[in-house]
Amino acid sequence: MAAALKKPGMPRALLGALVGGALGFGLVVALRAISGLPIFQTEATGYPHVVVPGISAPFGFLIGLGCFDYWFRWAAGAPTVPEDHSQHGARSWHDYFKFNTDHKVIGIQYIVTSFFFFFVGGAIAMVMRAELAQPGTQVVDPSTFNGLFSTHAALMIFVFVIPIFAGIANYVLPLMIGAPDMAFPRLNGLSFWMLPMAGILFLTSFFVPGGAFDAGWTGYAPLSTGAPLGQSFFNLGVQFAGASSVATALNFLVTIITMRAPGMNFWRLPLLVWANLSTSLLVVAATPFIAGVQFMVLFDRALGTNFFQSDAGGDVVAYQHIFWFYSHPAVYIMMLPGFGIISEVISTHSRKPIFGYRLMALALIGIVILSYTVWAHHMFVSGMFSWLRIPMMITTLLIAVPTGIKIFSWLGTLFGSVLHLYSTAMLFALGFIVTFVMGGISGVMLGMVPLDIHVSDTYFVVAHIHFVLFGGSVFTIFAGIYHWFPKMTGRMYDEKLGRVHFWLTSVGMMGAFVPMHWIGMEGMPRRVADYSAQFGDWNLVISCFAFLLGAAQLVFLYNMIVSWRFGPRAPANPWRAKTIEWQVSSPPPIFNFPEVPRVVGGPYEFGVPGARHAIMPGEGAEVREPEPTIAGTRT
Amino acid sequence: MTRATLARLFAAMLVLTVVISVVMVQIDWNGTAGSEEADDIDRLLDVMIVLSAFVYSIVLVMLGYSIWRYRAKPGDESDGEPIHGNTRLEIAWTVIPTVIVLFGAAYSWVILDDIEARQPDRLQVDVTAQQFAWKFEYPDADVTSTELHVPVDRQVEFSMQALDVIHSFWVPEWRVKKDLVPGLTTHVVATPDREGSYSLICTELCGIGHSTMRAPVVVESQDDFDAWLAKQAKAQGGKQPGGGAVEEPSQEAQQGESIFTEQGCSGCHTLAAAGSTADIGPNLDEVLPKRSAAEIHQSIIDPNAQISPGFGASIMPQEFGDSLSDKQLDTLVDYLMSSVQGGK
Repeated sequence: MAAALKKPGMPRALLGALVGGALGFGLVVALRAISGLPIFQTEATGYPHVVVPGISAPFGFLIGLGCFDYWFRWAAGAPTVPEDHSQHGARSWHDYFKFNTDHKVIGIQYIVTSFFFFFVGGAIAMVMRAELAQPGTQVVDPSTFNGLFSTHAALMIFVFVIPIFAGIANYVLPLMIGAPDMAFPRLNGLSFWMLPMAGILFLTSFFVPGGAFDAGWTGYAPLSTGAPLGQSFFNLGVQFAGASSVATALNFLVTIITMRAPGMNFWRLPLLVWANLSTSLLVVAATPFIAGVQFMVLFDRALGTNFFQSDAGGDVVAYQHIFWFYSHPAVYIMMLPGFGIISEVISTHSRKPIFGYRLMALALIGIVILSYTVWAHHMFVSGMFSWLRIPMMITTLLIAVPTGIKIFSWLGTLFGSVLHLYSTAMLFALGFIVTFVMGGISGVMLGMVPLDIHVSDTYFVVAHIHFVLFGGSVFTIFAGIYHWFPKMTGRMYDEKLGRVHFWLTSVGMMGAFVPMHWIGMEGMPRRVADYSAQFGDWNLVISCFAFLLGAAQLVFLYNMIVSWRFGPRAPANPWRAKTIEWQVSSPPPIFNFPEVPRVVGGPYEFGVPGARHAIMPGEGAEVREPEPTIAGTRT
Repeated sequence: MTRATLARLFAAMLVLTVVISVVMVQIDWNGTAGSEEADDIDRLLDVMIVLSAFVYSIVLVMLGYSIWRYRAKPGDESDGEPIHGNTRLEIAWTVIPTVIVLFGAAYSWVILDDIEARQPDRLQVDVTAQQFAWKFEYPDADVTSTELHVPVDRQVEFSMQALDVIHSFWVPEWRVKKDLVPGLTTHVVATPDREGSYSLICTELCGIGHSTMRAPVVVESQDDFDAWLAKQAKAQGGKQPGGGAVEEPSQEAQQGESIFTEQGCSGCHTLAAAGSTADIGPNLDEVLPKRSAAEIHQSIIDPNAQISPGFGASIMPQEFGDSLSDKQLDTLVDYLMSSVQGGK
């Protein structure tokens, strides 16, 4: 027992959380005693006795788990265990609950954890749709309802969509560029373990006095600054999720820039790598803004500062500017990696090079730049200075151009292809085009100030966000999971169940989210526990399709679990893809490559006689190096 | 692929565009239009529908054609044509969408200027929002109301303030919306052109009672509006005597009731005497008869001191102790005591 508590691992982590929590609590008690405050009285919103342990306990957990062991030893001058590779690879499922430095293990940890929160967030959505199936109050009271939609969004955004892309890229990106691992494996491990901290903090808020945070995932001040204790758990959870994604983004940037295999120049990068490069540029520069603004809210709540207290000189609209300066780029953080996945899937399963590869890469960079210049389109009715609406409208509409380039390039790729429709990954990729373009069109409508004035804060916005986040991001996630499932698990999934999943998901999502446009335009505001009786019929329809959508995900869950355990063994390259991750075994060897591969051509040279993307170790001498080709050159 | 195929695909896109546009333009997506601004915004929506139908038709036709024409048979291991791109096509699908969206932006700008232009003869109404109630003041007539009455065919400018958190002013039939922000005065104009009864809806999440934070809106002829305003002025003039006139008990009750509705109590609590039926907070007809005046007083200024079973803490705003004067508080407590005893 004592030995288990001494070595890094889950027992020591739980002990660390207890000790961390106790230290935090003790610090508050001691400071209050010293300063002569009543020791156990909790202020209306400050609750230092809970907030401080809310910071220290997760750190205790991370330290106990061993995330900092190497750095602490190094800093203390103690002997470190540099590269005995003991933290690489996973031999049993226990290893997934430990601190690990292997990018493939971390990738799986990310994906499974994110899907756990996806199912929790989805269950919350089911409760909301049950309540909304009829006008009036049936299932949950308005206070609980506000907590439900807030946690639903926080879970889906911060601990599902954003991190699962980091997970997929963690697994395949180093393999794709021919790297043995990420640039900073220990930081990578820490990045992952901060993620469950965020999710647990969000969920813990259900069990504190006053209930879960209920000011929306946007947490607008001053509603959030005056909210009960649960709001602080949102403020803190965002810090852990944000720190996790910033560290991962730095890791991706350094990995992509410095660890490409010889010959892998930027015009030979697979588009998934381009997409994660772009995403990381957004994350490192934008995420600190939401971290900052949530700290400001926390300080207003816990320390009595007045950043957003208008009667004490604070500025309420400033919250929204800082928040959206992150949160608009965040929608591209949630979309660009998906664009990368779609490019891989469409090219591979239609056996054609990506049409206009270079413009595709440049479009990503265009989106990155433009996405920093559009944040105030969330604030057209917020009472901000009014001239800003026109330039923000123009940039918002212009961002449709690079996005359109991507759609047209995919369509160009499909034209004249050999289209393998039986693959579930491809079905989700094609479904993505249908649904995401609809989300894009409603996005352009929302970008037009006069239309936005009418529909902002209505169900039209709910419909739009679900078309781009579910029909967009989640469809790309499913495409990516199905595409790389054989590589990650070494097993094939059941295509028949995959097709059932796709069709049920598509029907459910269309039925649930299309009518939301209509009721929103007709006058149903969003974030309401109750609504006027005229919308009753449509809401019942929406709820029924939402339940279908929820049930469809159980098919996915069953398929993944059973296939992972019992599916037929996967060959190294079931899709006959060209990129490097498919040239190694499924799953890949523990250090990816015995020797670094040589890259000699573009990543999607389907149909080009004799063209190769990479020459793998062991086949070097006898394979004649063909004329280098670069994606995007005309043939 | 032949020129004829391309022509047929293009024809299919055009037909689909026309079909989608014709069907979708027929429908009044935004519901009844009740203001001049609404007509402008609905026209912009129709233009957008046609443009979007064109773009979506391109996508659907190309996708559908590819799936139909290039679908691989099982076991087909061949590759597609190694086409890497086409510079002219890529330039086209960069430039054409740019032109379309810039046109959309320009048209939106024109419409925005149009719907926000101020008319010299506009009526001024001050709006105050708090959790979870609306209050309207007509500064010219010195009238305060919890119902919004406006004359038809005359521009109204709303000058708006929020007392606690952000709220948002929206009458769907007018299509205009603006947030009410603590610390700012925001403005919005509307020109109602259709008589009738509507709802003012709060569209910015403002707390537990957000979904029920509404106010009745009446658009009526100028004559009816003037009559209503005069009636209100008379009633309120009687209620707020300038000097030390002896107040009748009924007047005190009236004063209590107006505090009860204007402060938003009726937005959350049921009280038969005031005709309110909300159920966000405890039903006052049920909980108050057991309470003393001191307890009621405490529950107003410190709602968490004693919480009715079935309701969470901090649901009720905490700042009534600051926002109400002592005299108002006493009036309100007396009113509540007499209201519920009357019901017994």
